[in-house]
Amino acid sequence: MSLALSSMSHPGPRKDVATAARLGASRKRTDRIIRTLCLAATIIGLVLLASILITLFYRGFEAMSLRVFTHVTAAPGSEGGLLNAIVGSLIQSLIGTAIGTPIGMLVGTYLAEYAKDSWLGNAVRFVSDILLSAPSILIGLFVYQILVLPFGGFSGWAGIAALAIIVIPIVVRTTEDMLQLIPNTLREAVVGLGAPKWKMIVLICWRAAIAGIITGILLAVARVAGETAPLLFTSLGNNAWSTDLSKPMSSLPVTIYAFAGSPFEDWIALAWAGALLITLGVLSLNILARTLLRSRI
Amino acid sequence: MSLSTETQNQGAATTSFGGMQARSEAALNTARVAISNLDFFYGDNRALKEIKLDLPDRQVTGMIGPSGCGKSTLLRVLNRMYSLYPGQRATGEVMMDGENIIADSTDINSLRAKVGMVFQKPTPFPMTIYENIAFGIRLHEKLSKSEMGERIEWALTRAAIWNEVKDRLDRSALGLSGGQQQRLCIARTIAVRPEVILFDEPTSALDPISTLKIEELIDELKRDFTIAIVTHNMQQAARCADQVAFFYLGELIEVAPAAQLFTAPKHPKTQEYITGRFG
Repeated sequence: MSLALSSMSHPGPRKDVATAARLGASRKRTDRIIRTLCLAATIIGLVLLASILITLFYRGFEAMSLRVFTHVTAAPGSEGGLLNAIVGSLIQSLIGTAIGTPIGMLVGTYLAEYAKDSWLGNAVRFVSDILLSAPSILIGLFVYQILVLPFGGFSGWAGIAALAIIVIPIVVRTTEDMLQLIPNTLREAVVGLGAPKWKMIVLICWRAAIAGIITGILLAVARVAGETAPLLFTSLGNNAWSTDLSKPMSSLPVTIYAFAGSPFEDWIALAWAGALLITLGVLSLNILARTLLRSRI
Repeated sequence: MSLSTETQNQGAATTSFGGMQARSEAALNTARVAISNLDFFYGDNRALKEIKLDLPDRQVTGMIGPSGCGKSTLLRVLNRMYSLYPGQRATGEVMMDGENIIADSTDINSLRAKVGMVFQKPTPFPMTIYENIAFGIRLHEKLSKSEMGERIEWALTRAAIWNEVKDRLDRSALGLSGGQQQRLCIARTIAVRPEVILFDEPTSALDPISTLKIEELIDELKRDFTIAIVTHNMQQAARCADQVAFFYLGELIEVAPAAQLFTAPKHPKTQEYITGRFG
């Protein structure tokens, strides 16, 4: 058919070199305009990002010293550090992730392996996606209502609960996505040997998806490590050393929020140091996550 | 057995047909799996129509036919793979050891221990070579460490891959070549000691040399196992199969010993297909 067509004389006017050249020139012009616009947008984005990072690194390293890691926050002018905030952030982020991860993994597994197209699966997926993009201050207020008010005050546990709620939908999403990447032939090969479904999931599917799932967990840690809003209403912050989870607990983002808005030079410097610490932490978690994901492929 | 006596007259070891060498076993063994009145549905779509076919004991049944003719579907009935998917169902009889395996009462996991399957693409599990083989064994048996080692060596030897992997059993199976991975999958299947092995286009993703190895292996394995192989490659069916079944649009058009089907097909559709006029 196509052979027959090409041997026929084509319809329409004859080929015109001048028209072709004109069309070519206008194509090139459009290409130049689009390319310039893309480049300009990229440069604007990069300049903004670079200026944020340069300011952060400059002010952050200026304020950085051993004292930041060895002293707790103190009154203005009295040689304080960020030790309690660092430890508080680590405790709350890690326990929050440790609680949210298994729940998120099981929900993600349910969605990918058991409830792919069921109405319940679709409903859970929908709610989880909404939670994923919900403003984190809402989660803070929610935990304030159900944990802080009834149990008589701000506490580390309340902060952990808020962070865990943020972790869950992130882990649900990545677990489901990673399990969906596994080809069905692998599942068939497992059950084809006579394995029950739960063994297929736990022993093979999770193992095949583990690098991706861990990546999701690391990104979740990075996300909650920088959350301020949900902690303001829950763990509040604490200027003294405390690892008691039933008491208010300090954290880096909340300390930055409090110190950066203060009129005191040394507090503002500490806020920069704290911001730099969080950025470096999140950056290294992201790099770790990317390396893991790449090593899988 | 639906085979006429004229098949027995084709005494020669192989019969040549259009450049193909087809084996010509005089007689087929008794049925290991007996399929009758089998219908299969994907939702409302009837994909197999009143199939009647015997898989002779310790012989190879090749299944050929154009894409979508139902040959893979039939294979997936024999180990109840379709039960994974809601909306797929089979009716009729597939008798094995006096039991209708498509009945709801069948224990699917022990059926699959008896009926192993090798897939089109190699499906190594993301673990070591040793663990790949041990995985299936552990599902059905409790073996001591030394028994497990022996069984794994036996399976890998039967699958003609032992010499290539014996020094790296503790390495990831994902590092093997495609042909090695496929033989590993065969080893994993026979390690469970099934009675029937289903091959679903086992060489379509492999190079010619790996293909040859797998075909030789199938020939070797039929001494102990009843084998069904779906293939798009008629030469492969002619080389490997004792009995060949030709499917078209969900129906079993013709089944006969390989040499007979390829040299003297009874049905005009079979004739057209094997001479390459469609498909």
